[in-house]
Amino acid sequence: MSAVIENHHDDHDHGPDKGLMRWVLTTNHKDIGSLYLWFSFAMFLVGGCMALVIRAELFQPGLQLVAPEFFNQMTTMHGLIMVFGAVMPAFVGLANWLVPMMIGAPDMALPRMNNYSFWILPFAFGMLISTLFMEGGAPNFGWTFYAPLSTEYAPPSVTYFIFAVHLMGISSIMGSINVIVTILNMRAPGMRLMDMPLFVWTWLITAYLLIAVMPVLAGVVTMMLMDIHFGTAFFSAAGGGDPVLFQHVFWFFGHPEVYIMILPAFGIVSAIIPTFARKKLFGYDSMVYATASIAFLSFIVWAHHMFTVGMPIAGELYFMYATMLIAVPTGVKVFNWIATMWKGSMTFETPMLFAIAFVILFTIGGFSGLMLSIVPADFQYHDTYFVVAHFHYVLVPGSIFSIMAAAYYWLPKWTGNMYDETLGKTHFWLSFIGVNVTFFPQHFIGLAGMPRRYPDYALQFADWNMVSSVGAYIFGFSQLLFLFIVIKTIRGGKKASDEVWDGAEGLEWTIPSPAPYHTFSTPPALPARAH
Amino acid sequence: MTMKEATTFATAKLAGIAVAMFAFGFALVPLYEIYCQVTGANGKTGDQYQATEQLIIDESREVTVQFLANNNANMPWQFRPSVRTMKVVPGKMYETTFFAGNITRDSMIGQAVPSVAPFHAAEYFHKTECFCFEQQELAGGDQIDMPLRFIVDPQLPDTVKTLTLSYTLFDVTEAVRASIAAE
Repeated sequence: MSAVIENHHDDHDHGPDKGLMRWVLTTNHKDIGSLYLWFSFAMFLVGGCMALVIRAELFQPGLQLVAPEFFNQMTTMHGLIMVFGAVMPAFVGLANWLVPMMIGAPDMALPRMNNYSFWILPFAFGMLISTLFMEGGAPNFGWTFYAPLSTEYAPPSVTYFIFAVHLMGISSIMGSINVIVTILNMRAPGMRLMDMPLFVWTWLITAYLLIAVMPVLAGVVTMMLMDIHFGTAFFSAAGGGDPVLFQHVFWFFGHPEVYIMILPAFGIVSAIIPTFARKKLFGYDSMVYATASIAFLSFIVWAHHMFTVGMPIAGELYFMYATMLIAVPTGVKVFNWIATMWKGSMTFETPMLFAIAFVILFTIGGFSGLMLSIVPADFQYHDTYFVVAHFHYVLVPGSIFSIMAAAYYWLPKWTGNMYDETLGKTHFWLSFIGVNVTFFPQHFIGLAGMPRRYPDYALQFADWNMVSSVGAYIFGFSQLLFLFIVIKTIRGGKKASDEVWDGAEGLEWTIPSPAPYHTFSTPPALPARAH
Repeated sequence: MTMKEATTFATAKLAGIAVAMFAFGFALVPLYEIYCQVTGANGKTGDQYQATEQLIIDESREVTVQFLANNNANMPWQFRPSVRTMKVVPGKMYETTFFAGNITRDSMIGQAVPSVAPFHAAEYFHKTECFCFEQQELAGGDQIDMPLRFIVDPQLPDTVKTLTLSYTLFDVTEAVRASIAAE
């Protein structure tokens, strides 16, 4: 598992420990980054298998393969594992690897807390996945776990689900504190905030979002725990509570959460596109302000997930307008990426392919989001496959593609070896085709009225469901190719230079490839200012 | 300030924000309660109405009030309004009853929860006496006619011609017995 080779540094004559305990006890940001990334990849494959169970059942109308009760466990666990186990830890892993190197710091501000932040996760997810084998089955109430389905009518495993969420939340909060303190206190002398790479900026803002909203998630699952076990009635109308309260508090967390899952992606794409266009990022300042605007707006739009609960019209209108407003700073970012490429000297290596696909396909996801934000239209689209298509477009060819782009882009720095470009491009095209074949038809069946979270459907939805399932299997199996590529690159390949990519800018490209175990033990002298 | 001090301060501040946001999550419960009471946004009609000043009786308009009764989930009682609709004059007090019958053999406790539609009319519907203010215990086989006294506020917007008052009856037998046992 030695992705990082220790060699030639003068101030340390020891490298990382040998053996398994190295990974258990490490406080090194590179090691911890690798742990997060491998954990995330494993969770991605587990969550992916659950998606394939779902798509297998939905391949044809009728209930052929799994019981509806189990199907509900699959949809729930797929969502939970992908959101909390795959996407978020991947971004944290990238932050761990890259943020210190990008700002010229020797490590994260709180290395031991960093270790705890990681090791909580396998424990939390072990507990969550083990609920599949418990009496009553795994959580089956959707990843959004609305009460009272998740309180009064939940299987006994809901308590373990709540503990797992608490643990993940603690991990995220500790990780975010670490990121913020590192970025604010440990930048190389002379690096102003507006000199930082966009990936660092987006993570700074994401970390603030996490600290603000993960505790609210902790609050809502604590209220659930109290309703289930301690006789309170937060969400029970009989006792004077309100199920709609759950939705408000959950989505107050939930909406910023989805921006938490996309802002680091914006940072990654903002690093990759300038490199392969051999042109500076267009509009750096506006990119920073746009990211901050999106983060601020994300706090005040939550009820667009709740347009059908019976809110007064004034409330619905406010949330509609505020939601549509988010399209503006997002559009600024999309246009800036395009402007970066305009008249650039472009090549299309694998990271660039994923990054460009991100820009196009995330924008498509954004358009369906805009459609959903329109209240009277949402009355038809709500809880249909149109919503499923929307969020999968922004999460899969959005977040996941950005993570894959980041992996290809920085693997040569991490391992010292170039990945196999032909295999990488193959993985890209299989994924691109797979993702579109899977999710584009879901717009059609959603608009035609197929509800989400259903194990069976009316016959008029059959054709597109079959197409979607075929796409899912293409996408799913091509991730095994990605696994092969990553392992192959770690083990060997064409040696990478320090700069790796012609046109790459940033402190991480000034250190050797593979990056030494300890980097920037003394702060670097910064290159001349770009702007 | 040394790096260590700077790190400690920053960490403490951020941890403080996290704790504050956890408290904020819980604070949302009373905050929503207040918001909904002030705006009537969720159709809840509030507690027993105390007339603060003499309400002007507005004979010039008539408002139709409809009554609905529903049982929640597996609540087995009979539950219906004795009158389905009334025409009322804003400002005057009216009285009606709801019939409830425990058709099981065991003693049970029910709780009625009201809701008014349209939501923005809820704050103008005042109940001076309502069976929903208390839990109702009925022995097996017993029946009861439960009183409701209400006034429609003359400030009710002109656009509201019909008000619907709906009660949902919940079975709280177990919850009440459990909390008594806990005492």
